[in-house]
Amino acid sequence: MASRQSMLQNHPEICRHLLWFFGVAACVKLLLIPSYHSTDFEVHRHWLALTRSLPLSQWYSDETSPWTLDYPPFFAYFEYFLSFFARLVDPQIVDVHQGLNYEADTVVYFQRISVIVSDLCLVYGIYRLTRKLEAKKRVAMWILVIWSPALVIVDHMHFQYNGFLLGLLMLSISYLQDGRDVMGGFLFAVLLCFKHLFAVAGPVYFVYLLRHYCRGGLLKGLGRLAAMGTVVVAVFAAAFGPFFYHGQIQQVISRMFPFGRGLCHAYWAPNFWVFYIILDKGLAFLLKKFGIDIPTPAASFTGGLVGDSSPFAVLPQVTPLSTLIMVLLALSPCLVKIWKNPHPGSVARWISYAYTCGFLFGWHVHEKASLHFVIPLAIVAVQSLEDAQHYFLLSIATCYSLFPLLYEAQEYPIKVVLLLLHSMLMWFGFSAKFSKVKPPTISDNKKTRKKGSSSSSSRSGEEGEFVIGWGGKCYIIGIVIVETWGQLLHPYFLGDKLPFAPLLLISIYCGVEVVYSWVWQLKRIMAD
Amino acid sequence: MDRNNRGKVGKDNVELDNNKNGDVCWWLLHKGLASFFLCISMFGLLVRWTVSLHSYSGAGNPPKFGDYEAQRHWMEITVNLPAQDWYINSTKNDLSYWGLDYPPLTAYQSYIHGLFLRFFDPESVTLFTSRGYESYTGKLLMRFTVLSSDLLIFFPSVLYFIHAYYDVHSRGRKADVAWHILLILINPCLVLIDHGHFQVIKLNSALLFKLSPLSFCFVNLMSTYFAPAFFSHLLGKCLRRKHPLLEISKLGLVVLGTFAMVWWPYLHSRDAALQVLSRLAPFERGIYEDYVANFWCTSSVLIKWKRLFPTQSLRLFSMVATILACLPSMIQQILAPSSKGFLYGLLNSSLSFYLFSFQVHEKSILLPLLPATLLAMEWPRPFKLLTHYALFSMFPLVCRDNLILPYIALYALCIFLYHPPGGRWDGAKRHHSTPLTLVSVLLTLAYLGSLVLHIVYLTVRPPERYPFLFEALIMLLSFSHFVLFAFHTNTKQWMLSGHLIGSDKGKKQH
Repeated sequence: MASRQSMLQNHPEICRHLLWFFGVAACVKLLLIPSYHSTDFEVHRHWLALTRSLPLSQWYSDETSPWTLDYPPFFAYFEYFLSFFARLVDPQIVDVHQGLNYEADTVVYFQRISVIVSDLCLVYGIYRLTRKLEAKKRVAMWILVIWSPALVIVDHMHFQYNGFLLGLLMLSISYLQDGRDVMGGFLFAVLLCFKHLFAVAGPVYFVYLLRHYCRGGLLKGLGRLAAMGTVVVAVFAAAFGPFFYHGQIQQVISRMFPFGRGLCHAYWAPNFWVFYIILDKGLAFLLKKFGIDIPTPAASFTGGLVGDSSPFAVLPQVTPLSTLIMVLLALSPCLVKIWKNPHPGSVARWISYAYTCGFLFGWHVHEKASLHFVIPLAIVAVQSLEDAQHYFLLSIATCYSLFPLLYEAQEYPIKVVLLLLHSMLMWFGFSAKFSKVKPPTISDNKKTRKKGSSSSSSRSGEEGEFVIGWGGKCYIIGIVIVETWGQLLHPYFLGDKLPFAPLLLISIYCGVEVVYSWVWQLKRIMAD
Repeated sequence: MDRNNRGKVGKDNVELDNNKNGDVCWWLLHKGLASFFLCISMFGLLVRWTVSLHSYSGAGNPPKFGDYEAQRHWMEITVNLPAQDWYINSTKNDLSYWGLDYPPLTAYQSYIHGLFLRFFDPESVTLFTSRGYESYTGKLLMRFTVLSSDLLIFFPSVLYFIHAYYDVHSRGRKADVAWHILLILINPCLVLIDHGHFQVIKLNSALLFKLSPLSFCFVNLMSTYFAPAFFSHLLGKCLRRKHPLLEISKLGLVVLGTFAMVWWPYLHSRDAALQVLSRLAPFERGIYEDYVANFWCTSSVLIKWKRLFPTQSLRLFSMVATILACLPSMIQQILAPSSKGFLYGLLNSSLSFYLFSFQVHEKSILLPLLPATLLAMEWPRPFKLLTHYALFSMFPLVCRDNLILPYIALYALCIFLYHPPGGRWDGAKRHHSTPLTLVSVLLTLAYLGSLVLHIVYLTVRPPERYPFLFEALIMLLSFSHFVLFAFHTNTKQWMLSGHLIGSDKGKKQH
């Protein structure tokens, strides 16, 4: 009891420290306000205007701008909430027609600051996750999440609200870890109604909650299943109910799932399909060389499906359904594992794994989606030395894969310095956490004694020292080479020829690490 | 892991935390100071580049634009004309349009930057046609010149300074050194003016760190603000050697040699040299401009200096006042030269130049601020106050340049960085907090007053009769603090020699 009390007293201090981390990041984010922003900025501005000026029944049918609302209703409500303040700041922001492509300082400041403030959700999620951890783990996780360069690039430069959404996910995970399954399930349902792309982890949640929450005899289990079902249905009803009432549900669904898009996004995310396409191209090239005539495909990978024609010359056609099956197949070993032993300690690992599968095999995946598994993986990364070493490379690779998002010269130094700084801080944080030399303190002795007595203590590799193996070093040097090629040598030697080759190279190179990470995570889950 | 067990681990670490004084930033130092320095300079680069995304002085404001255009124009002139013609009014070089008024070394720097610009974007430095040239690449390149001079000159000099300073005074914890590095590298005023407003002040300040006669000459070539301190310190040192006369003449030769080297293009005739000199000292511009928190401008509220006296006599007044203000610290240095006293001397002489010399610009507060930063670990609280007021005194300038957002962000950032949770200064405050109640009340008032003025300046329209009322108020408040500060540092410097007079005799031998 005494120990718990002392911890409780310490909470305000943890909170203060965490807010300090957030504050430093927020200052840099404030400075980033005038930096480049993508069309997503206008997308979100239009949604502000749309939700403010139009009645709810027209939210999902409006076509004033090409950027129609394609997120689930809670996000629309969120925009509706923001639009109150937006109108106070500048009424033109929320005007559906006059506000189109509005670029004044007011709208830039308002939207940018709204992202920074909504990040507080992530801060709270992290606070809940880390408040009971030991100091070193706690700080290491703060470095990984609060100072994540990927989040800065995607949210605060490119423009999106991922920090807020990931905050919900982190909160959900933290409740699951505490054993409060209903709350965890509820938050996940809420998250799904904010952004349905997070649904990839649905199977993991389903199996885990079924086995962990709905246990203890048939009757009790069924009762709990019903309770959980009610919670989830209530959330979905709150989100979709009003649209159902207006008879808009069909429209909402069709907007949310635009399968007219291609297998890959305009810039190929570093996932499995990059290798698939490369293999196809390679085979086609070889076959042509051997004199076998094959028709050149008319469709492109990024565009929609044109009739029945396949964009592939040799390999079989890929459909949304086949990608779904592949994702589920990749998930299945993990689901079996959860079924057998649903313990809360590994929830974060399973959920990150699910998002990794979704990223690797999903349909029309954005490179930004790598955030969905990199951020939750941070929870796992501080647990053991191997996890930390794995995370170190993965985080660098995925952050690097975001570089093409910011293609203008002005942002080039920022993204490079962000990545360097991140690698350095990560290195500091991990090597402080995992070092051979421990400060000789009195409590330390006690701790080791306790460890010896209690066999169930965490299986952390605290004895080892954090080093980056030769493989990792080679990989990092490779990144430098790829970047030098793309920035200097390619334009110098080839000029304007093959303009997409450097981007493709980045995709392939980062894809290697993501595939490796997927295999590694799977092995780790199976070994647990 | 079950709950009970986690509770135990948590408790153990609470204890661990307490042992470490709750410092959350220990991990930054885990890999040693060199890595830390690298990390902080990365962060410094990030902050600098993000600040440079914002507007600059005179952006889109023809016909004269601002300091950005001045620097670009210098590059244009230096790249296109031979060195002899840089300071001379001619058909190709209209001195009334941002003519060069910095010493030759700055001009050489402009020349190098100009070559860089010409390589990537020739249009931005063509003679005549490039006036008021503003473009995306142009801005990037210009920003890059500042960043690169930071990276190549300022950062290494800071490293050198830290190395030299903490080698001599080998006391102090690792964390102290670390925070000192942080304070020097991420100085909000310097970042804001260099990368926001646009200025290349770094070069001359950077050379300060090298405490050698050679740098003395270089610095003097760029700004006279530090000259008295260098002079007195070196003189004081020479007098303590075995053959004072020989040493002094050696020093003199070195100084003259460097001068000759840098001024070479202008030494062929007396006229040319005089022409350059007259450009460097623009007495025709009047004793003060705008609202600078120095003596002349502040007292002009009561005494209309400009109306009462001709420029000639004002020139004399300001010279005498400046020398008088420098004198105490100079005497101290001649009597008892020491490296710390030298830093104080730098601070005092530059501060007296700021307060009393002719034609001072708001930005000049950066020059006293620099030695103050180097001494920051000696007196953290006054230093914070000085930084605060230095920033505050430049607030109207910042508003004119449309840099309010970076101002706020940098201000907040420096508050966060100066108060790391459980960090050094938090701890220091805990120790000293009890006996200084009156001082802390005054400090709070000082901070509060300026905060209110910030808000008032931004929101309230001044009355018609006094359109510059708030500027004047800001100036008064800042000036009063700077004067107090000058007294404080002078006494500090003299107290230093009181301690040292005994021990210094031992040092004389080497």
